[in-house]
Amino acid sequence: MRISTMLAGSLATVLIATIPAQAETLRLMTWGSYAPENIIKLFEEKYPGIEVAVTFSNNEEMIAKLRATGGAGYDLAQPSHDRIYAAQLEYDIYKPMDLSKINTAAMEPSLLAGVKANTTMDGKVYAVPHQWGTSGLMVDKTKAPDLKGWGDLCDPKYKGKTSMRLKRTILLGTAFAMGEDPFAAYADLSKYQEILDKVAVKLIACKDNLKAYWKGGDDLSAMMLSGEIVASETWDSTAYRIFGQNQNVVFVPPSTGALAWIDTFALPRKGKADDAAYKWINFVLQPEIVTMMSASSGAIVAVKGGKDLLPADKKAAVNAAFTDADIANLKFFANIPPGVEDMEGKTLEKIKAATSN
Amino acid sequence: MQKDIKRLSLILLFMPFALWIVVLIALPHVGMVILSLQEKIAPRVYQYSLHNYIEFVNEPIYWNTLLRTGSISLLVTVLALLIGFPVAYYIAKIAGFRTRNGLFLLCLIPLWVSDLIRAFGWILLLRETGIVSGLLQWTGILGSPMEFLYNDAAVIVGLVYTVILFMIVPLVSTIDGMDNSMIEAGYNLGGNGFTVLRKIIIPYAMPGIVAGCIVVFMLTAGSYLTPILLGGKNSSWFTEQIYDQFITRYNWESGAAFGFLLLAFTSLVVWLGLKLSGQSLSSTVAKS
Amino acid sequence: MTSSAEYDLECINVSKHFGSLRAVDDVSLKIPKGSFFSILGPSGCGKTTLMRMIAGFNDATAGDVKIKGKSVLNTPPNKRNVKMVFQHLALFPMMNVYENIAYGLRCNRVNKAETDRRIKDVLERIALPDVANREIHQLSGGQKQRIAIARCMVLDPDVLLLDEPLGALDLKLREAMKIELKLLQHQFNTTFVYITHDQSEALVMSDNVAIMNEGKFEQVGSPQELYHVPKTAFTAGFVGDTNRWSGRVVATDGETVKIETDTGLTLVCKRFGDTAPGDSASVSVFVRPEFIHAAWQATDVDGASGDLVNHMKGTVDSLLFNGANSRVLVRDGSGELIEADVTLTGGSDDIHPGQSVWLNWSQAHTMCFAS
Repeated sequence: MRISTMLAGSLATVLIATIPAQAETLRLMTWGSYAPENIIKLFEEKYPGIEVAVTFSNNEEMIAKLRATGGAGYDLAQPSHDRIYAAQLEYDIYKPMDLSKINTAAMEPSLLAGVKANTTMDGKVYAVPHQWGTSGLMVDKTKAPDLKGWGDLCDPKYKGKTSMRLKRTILLGTAFAMGEDPFAAYADLSKYQEILDKVAVKLIACKDNLKAYWKGGDDLSAMMLSGEIVASETWDSTAYRIFGQNQNVVFVPPSTGALAWIDTFALPRKGKADDAAYKWINFVLQPEIVTMMSASSGAIVAVKGGKDLLPADKKAAVNAAFTDADIANLKFFANIPPGVEDMEGKTLEKIKAATSN
Repeated sequence: MQKDIKRLSLILLFMPFALWIVVLIALPHVGMVILSLQEKIAPRVYQYSLHNYIEFVNEPIYWNTLLRTGSISLLVTVLALLIGFPVAYYIAKIAGFRTRNGLFLLCLIPLWVSDLIRAFGWILLLRETGIVSGLLQWTGILGSPMEFLYNDAAVIVGLVYTVILFMIVPLVSTIDGMDNSMIEAGYNLGGNGFTVLRKIIIPYAMPGIVAGCIVVFMLTAGSYLTPILLGGKNSSWFTEQIYDQFITRYNWESGAAFGFLLLAFTSLVVWLGLKLSGQSLSSTVAKS
Repeated sequence: MTSSAEYDLECINVSKHFGSLRAVDDVSLKIPKGSFFSILGPSGCGKTTLMRMIAGFNDATAGDVKIKGKSVLNTPPNKRNVKMVFQHLALFPMMNVYENIAYGLRCNRVNKAETDRRIKDVLERIALPDVANREIHQLSGGQKQRIAIARCMVLDPDVLLLDEPLGALDLKLREAMKIELKLLQHQFNTTFVYITHDQSEALVMSDNVAIMNEGKFEQVGSPQELYHVPKTAFTAGFVGDTNRWSGRVVATDGETVKIETDTGLTLVCKRFGDTAPGDSASVSVFVRPEFIHAAWQATDVDGASGDLVNHMKGTVDSLLFNGANSRVLVRDGSGELIEADVTLTGGSDDIHPGQSVWLNWSQAHTMCFAS
């Protein structure tokens, strides 16, 4: 009995060891535009032994998939920086990173430090930054020149002409607009619940003012470009894309500060191609690849001088949107403690189910 | 020996089917039920309880959404039947052989594109700056652009469009099996058009009607993309609730409970429908 | 016009054209009260179309249909008091026997008590008093047949149309149902119009039969007339079994026609049909097997049939033994097969295959038609 188990065990080890030796596959789970064809091609040319298989996803699905398999099935994932700590605590789906294998010198030190601070558990670092961007407002400046803050989406002046996505971003933005600091309240969940309740009242009252809740970049773009709405809560990348087609539509960082997220690299706990993953990370941090990446994703890569490496059109859009003061005013999403997603989910349900009049 | 081989081959023949049933249908459901009976008390610590079900009962938002989903699905089913029946009757009894194939193909076309594309099709048509609104302004019926999207009516239209084929196919196959002389006999014995429809055609097509209604109701209640994309600010749908529990809130336990509740609820509605129409599953779905 | 009321059903120069096809071409018929009338013809002859016009499912292209003396051209099918038994009966499978019969009564707004009474009555008359609560699939073929008739008869129709209703039954049941149908018709004393391609059904049951071919009536008459005095070659060939020759006229003398067949046989025939064939005109000749006598030699006289003026020598090809209806197939010099009825007693003087025999028959039974 013992012998056979051992045999089976060693056989399995041999099998596992031999398969990657022939043709290694890097199974990458990332956001829609974070692994464009041209970059994959260059990477595979440089490392002929590695084949890149990409699965496009989003924060929630990445975590759900890794949770379902206990961290297997993928070799590299790119959740946002605030989605590492709690997910690791609850579901144990990542493995610590070996920073010596990563060209951390190329990274913007403040972003690296921020991500490390957010994702260190028991002295081990679980993620490094890749790209960052913001959520804020998108405004047609010819039609709503004085729309400046999150709360202005609920201004009756724009009744039926504004939109937002009914997700946590708008909860947080609205909380800031009401003078609260929700991230500080993460430490005291009953305080956070109070804030959420106030936000819910505000957003339920606001419901009547909205044309619709948008569900994805496509329907948001369609509503904005057709002129059906004049302003919306948005991802900056979507706003930049529209700016390319209509220069009147600009990204406006809300007066209380745009909410900033950093998409990271993290290693799933049962990933099998760590070396290839490190190679990919270092590969995409090279300046010429950074520009190609930003062209595809519309986000700023977290390397030193990342803003300067943006392609020309995106640089123009970012410069039209951000002043240095705006950048100083960014509010980085704080780590989500366990339980907060559930509280926020309930609040969102309440808002969705409520009738505003 | 011979017998053993026979038995073995029989077992081997049934193996894929049995595996399919057990691995892909039975096991996941058992897993769902077990998952739904767990309550998280601390990170990575769970205990068995009915918490998730109690939560459902105590939160009106949840059961209101379930009832809303159920009633809209019923409405969609009725509309699909009202629209599908004449179409199916035309295809089965009136159209010629070639027209008939063409019509069937026409009904199939919506299935060639994905749910998402179909929903975007409706979005293009119904939006404020869309084709319908534009046409109505052009003809002068509307003075200013009008939004047809983002309300329950849009959801219902989109759903009926998506599921109507599943109503038409079983209806065509039952009506097709009906001898024309049955209808003529209905007239010959003194019935008018309405009597013949009510007393002969509909009772004869009942297995197809019930089968179509069951399929359509289940499909509608379980649909996700169409109600999400076409629905408005207030149109919540129960599958969205399940998705949110599973994905956005990481609350698999309650998501599993909701999934199970949806299954139980739709099964209950189907059972009631079968009771009321005096049909059985074997005489309807199994037949067509 | 008052005389019309004597007839339950009249068709007056009725035609039905489908495009260039004349499915029914200028057909007239009159069916007296309470009679059993059959329309007999090969499939595709237009008989079903004619019946569907009577029932109202098809509109006539020209002509008039009268029921009890009144034109029904503008009456929809559900208002005509003509009921129909369909080929496959068309009983409603989702209703039981009672409901099937009650359907028509309910359409006519007959009240519950009266409905019950009439259904009980009609079920008794078809001798199935206890089947009211049975489902249709629980009935035997013959029972279904009778229920289909009862479903119509309970409405007291002026005319009952039957569209080959026995076609689906097996042979034995079909034989039994023929007699039963005739009895039912007597019992209800209603006019039955029976459509069939099976001559024996038509001959056994009917008071009068119309022979239909290519949209026209060839001949209307009693079964015996049609059998013994056919007016056209089609009728002669279609009704009953016959041997058939084609040939040319050699000489004529009144009703007597002397011909030579294409196989070289010289026959003395009797002229049937209205047109007399001229000299060397081509003709068709029919002789029924029962009138041909097989013998060891040419015989001129037979007690019953009179002078047997026609003779033919041949070899027995085969015997078709069927009790009293046994036949012999005889091959003549030109290779043609002739059928003749024989009596096979099982004795030593019976005909055997391979033997050479003479066939003898009379002039009166040699039917000659100009063609």
